[in-house]
Parts: sequence; structure tokens; C-alpha cells
Amino acid sequence: MNLVTIAFKSIQQRLLSSSLTALSVALGVMLMVAVLIINSVVSGLFSQPSFGYHLIVGPKGSDLSLALSAIYRLDRPGEPLPYLFYKELKHHELVKKAVPIAIGDVTEQGSFPIVGTIPEFFDLDYAYEKPFQVRGQFLQKPFDAVIGSRVEAENGWDIGAEFRMIHGSADSGHTHDEKFKVVGVLKATGTPNDRTVFISLAGFWGVSGHEKPLSEALDRIEKFGYPVSDALKQKAATPHKHDDHGHDHDHEELLDEQKEVSAIFVLTTGTAQSIALAGQINEGVKAQAVNPVFPMRRLMTVIVGNIRLALLVLTSLIIVVSAVSIFVSIYNSMSDRRREIGIMRALGARRSTVFSIILAESALLCLGGGIIGLLLGHSLVFIASPIIEARTGILVNPLSFEPLELVIFPVLLLVGSLIGFLPGLAAYRTDVAAALSE
Amino acid sequence: MSLVIDNLKKSYREPGGGRIPILNVSRFELKSAEQVVLIGTSGGGKTTLLNVIAGITAPDSGSVVIDNIEVTRLNEPSRDRFRAQKIGFVFQTFNLLPAFSALENVLLGMCFSGKGTHRDRAVDLLNRVGLGHRMNHRPTQLSVGEQQRVSVARALANRPSLLLADEPTASVDTANQETILQLIREVCLEHHVSLLLVTHSPEVASQFTRVEKLSDFNRPAAT
Repeated sequence: MNLVTIAFKSIQQRLLSSSLTALSVALGVMLMVAVLIINSVVSGLFSQPSFGYHLIVGPKGSDLSLALSAIYRLDRPGEPLPYLFYKELKHHELVKKAVPIAIGDVTEQGSFPIVGTIPEFFDLDYAYEKPFQVRGQFLQKPFDAVIGSRVEAENGWDIGAEFRMIHGSADSGHTHDEKFKVVGVLKATGTPNDRTVFISLAGFWGVSGHEKPLSEALDRIEKFGYPVSDALKQKAATPHKHDDHGHDHDHEELLDEQKEVSAIFVLTTGTAQSIALAGQINEGVKAQAVNPVFPMRRLMTVIVGNIRLALLVLTSLIIVVSAVSIFVSIYNSMSDRRREIGIMRALGARRSTVFSIILAESALLCLGGGIIGLLLGHSLVFIASPIIEARTGILVNPLSFEPLELVIFPVLLLVGSLIGFLPGLAAYRTDVAAALSE
Repeated sequence: MSLVIDNLKKSYREPGGGRIPILNVSRFELKSAEQVVLIGTSGGGKTTLLNVIAGITAPDSGSVVIDNIEVTRLNEPSRDRFRAQKIGFVFQTFNLLPAFSALENVLLGMCFSGKGTHRDRAVDLLNRVGLGHRMNHRPTQLSVGEQQRVSVARALANRPSLLLADEPTASVDTANQETILQLIREVCLEHHVSLLLVTHSPEVASQFTRVEKLSDFNRPAAT
């Protein structure tokens, strides 16, 4: 038997009030752990130090919106760029590789975002020196599809599975007739690619309704400064069309002028060249070029960082309130425990010993609450992770451990010692003879 | 073990500012393994005397010497350690900790002596007082007689030289009084422990060879 055992027995004696006070600490720690884990995952995801490409080129507008839509598929894409712009960029002297993507549709089942792209997309690493790995094959035919690991898991799709896609968001209600066939399943990457369905860009354009009407397309490319032949203008003036799906389209092979891309991932010939290329593009009025690291870092610093700080302050306050409740509970119990303390002193316990017992008791309550809170925090993340993933596409591993969690325990020990100090002092000062005669 | 008290005085502060004298003992001795009953009226200073001997309460003046160690000159931590190692206490109201089982209460008695806790000895002591079958029961699950037996076992846990018993039979029924008293006397003889037992009961006192009336050597009014 030692002081900790005696303190533990004392806690047992007041099980209900002790449990409630420990629970209040546990709830504070639970929230703090959940905030730390989710923040860590979000930070890790959005603070990716490098990508397999240098720039994202997209329509003029918010650079953050472009990064969120192109990389994370969390925002709606802006006005698409003409395919001709991609072709021009591809041949730029500073460009080593350019990969266009078209986004905006989702799968009928599961509402997973669909990205139309070219096979070279998978030649770019999804993160620094992390190439894509696939079971099956990458995109080859127009209506081939490669799915992410979460799509496979949640939709139960495997190679050979067929699916259709919904135009725009899931609530648009318009399902395209064309069916795509899964030919490959990506190995998990821990990125939004896991919950993405990749289809061939040709297939994306081949879906009815995805082509831009020729007259509109010609107007747009003229604004981009590309020449339009008279023949095309004539063709645009007399289209062969009929109404089928509530919108106009024709059955002829799509002209490059009608093709559009949402964004272009660009690998330049070097880092310095990426800065030069971005400068050139951003000076113009057609598009913007963004190194995704910068807007994401800004997002983390300005928004996510402050939200994290606010949540940590809030959860810290919860723990402080819990600590105060432990203090009140122990302090109030001191008058009932004077006799116990007197007995222990009569048996030879020193003043410092009974002081230590009270300190150990408050520390045990804080630490016990902390351990329960740690388990509850991870359980909360376990429960919340599928919801977070469904809503944002961010994968949160409930078992991931944030090093800051380790700091919680010495802090709780310190808090426990602080709140046990005054009740401990009351125990220290107990008059033994008086306490025994009560 | 020998106990020698010399010129011991103790008074308490009155709410009005004066002092009420409680003890004024010119001389009292207890020899090794001797069993003495101290008889006195309620409020006569019996408990205060035991507290002073045990070092729980400091006297105003005088000395208490146990085994050639002047307890009254020790500082408080040393008195605490001395009490834990050399003195066993049996209280009128048992003073068992309710959250602890009988066995744990005995182990608690060992906890503060600095000699460590010895479960085997605690079990032996509980067997000796006839509670081997109830050692995992809490005080509330024991009869008052059983609680006092646990208290006796606890008092002997650290192999004390002196056992101080403060009205040990006052809270138990008549049937148990004899048993408790017999037990205390027997275990003290077995373990060569000196016994100073205070009581106000002439029936209890009649069982001892040496009976001292507190009023015979304690004259607080003479302070």
C-alpha cells in the first residue's frame, strides 16, 4: 500500500462525484484530442510541401479556389479554359509536361467527383516522389475509368464495374446516359485522389451536354485571341441540331474549339522556370498560374490556423473549468475528511504525507480524466471520420497520433497539482486531536 | 519499553482568552510489558494524556520519555515517525477508514512507519483476532466488535512497544467487552507490548493488577 493507493481509495469512496469531475476533464481532453487530430490531418493535407507539378493553370479568379477545386475537388471550378489554350501551353518552351483536367460532374452512386484527364496525369507524382500505383490499368479508351481506393471501398466497385455520372452536383438531377467502365483501382494515397473517379478526357467530352455550342465556343476563343476561320463561323451559323436532353448538341466529332478544360497541371523545366512561366501567364488576362503551395499555406495560416487556435483555446478553457470543478469537489470534501486525516496522522502519517495524498488524488482525477478523454477523443474521431470524409473528402485516421497529445498529460499533472494544493494545505494544517474528537 | 512522565503540564486556550488546565502530572511510570489501567471521569484529561504520550499533542511543559527517548523534545516529523514505529493506538470509536477493507486498514497502519507494508503479517494479525474470514470486508460490513478487533490488529501492525487504548470497550456491547479486553491483554502479552488502557469503567479496571486513578496523580488545579 502506498500514497497513490490511499488516494485511489479515497476517490473510490466518493465514486459518483469523483467520476463526474473526472468526466468533465475527460470531455475537455476529448475535444482537444479531436481538434488536434483533425487539425493535424487537415494541416498535413493542405500543407503538402510539394506536388508532382509546379503550377496549376486555371481561369482568372481566386488562386485558393483554383487550388481547392483542381487538387482537392472541394470547390466548384471557374469558367473553363479553351482546349486551344492548353495546346498552346503544352508547347511552351518552359513547359516539360502539361496535363489538363475537366471537373464538375459526380458519380451517380456515392457522388464522388469525376476528373476527366489524359493518361499522362498518372505520370505525375501525387506527392513528392510518390507515384500512383494501380491495380488493373490506367486510362486507355475514352470510356475507361480509374477509381480511387475509397470509391472502391464505399461503392463496392471493382475492375469491370460500370457506372454513370450526374451532370454538375448530385442535386442537379440530370444523369448522363453514357456508361463508364472501371479498368483500374488506385492504391490508397491519403489524398483526395482516393475519393475521385478518373475518366478519359475524351470520354468526358464525349458525354452529351459537355460540348460547348460552337457559336459560344468561337466567341470565347476569339476573346482568348485565337483566330477563327470563316468556315467555322459559317458552320456555327447553321448548326445541325435537335433537342434531345433538354440542351443542344450535335453528333459530329467535337472540334478542338469546342473542347474546354477546367485546369492544367504544369510541370516546368525547373523551379525558376515555373516562376517565370507563372509571371508570364499572370500578366495576361486569359488565365492564372498558381503554385498551389502558396494559397494553401495562406489558407492554413489565415483561416485554418486561427480556427485551430480558437478551438484549442476553447478546449483549454473547458479543461480549466473542469479543473475548477475538481478543486471545488475536493475542497468541499475536506471538512468530511478531517477525521480520516486525523486517523492517518494518529497512525504516524506526517503532515507532508497527508498533503501528498490529497495532491495525488487530484492528480489521479486529472490524469484519469485525461486518459479517458484520450480514448474518447480517438473514438470521436473514429465516429466523425466517415462523416468528414463524406462531406469534405478528407481522410482522418482515428488511430493517428498527434505528438501534442503527449503534452496534455504533463499539463494535466501540473493542473492536478495546482488544484490539489489548497485542499492539501487544509489537510496539512489539520489539528489531529481535534479531528479525532469530532 | 518503559514510559516515564515528568512534570507534564497541558492546558487549553479558552474562548475568552484564559487557559483551562487539563494535565498536571508530576510523575508517572510504566515498565516494560506492564499492563496498566488508568481510570478517570469523563473530561478528566485521559484522552489528552494519551495524545501527549503519543506525540499527537504537544505539552506546555514537562517530558515524556519512552525507551529513553524524550518524545516531547522531538520535532513533529520525528514524533510522527516515532509514533508510527513505537506506539499502537486503539480508539473508542475504532477509527477505521470506511473505504478500506479490514486487511487494508491493517496495512494502512504499516504504511507510515517507513518499514514497508507486510501483507503476511497483516493476515496473521487478523487471523489472531479471529477475523481471518472477514479480512476483505469493509468496516460497514463488520459488527462493532469486529471493527474493534480490526483496530487492535492495526495497532499491533508495526510491532509497537507501547499500546495506548482509549476506552476500547466503551462502544461495544457487554458481550463483546470481555472478548475485546481479553484480546488486547493477550496480544500485548504475546508481543511483549506495554499497555496503557484508559477507561471510566470500574468493571474493566477490576481485571487489571495495576489500576491508577488519574485524579491521584493529575492535579490540574494546582497549575
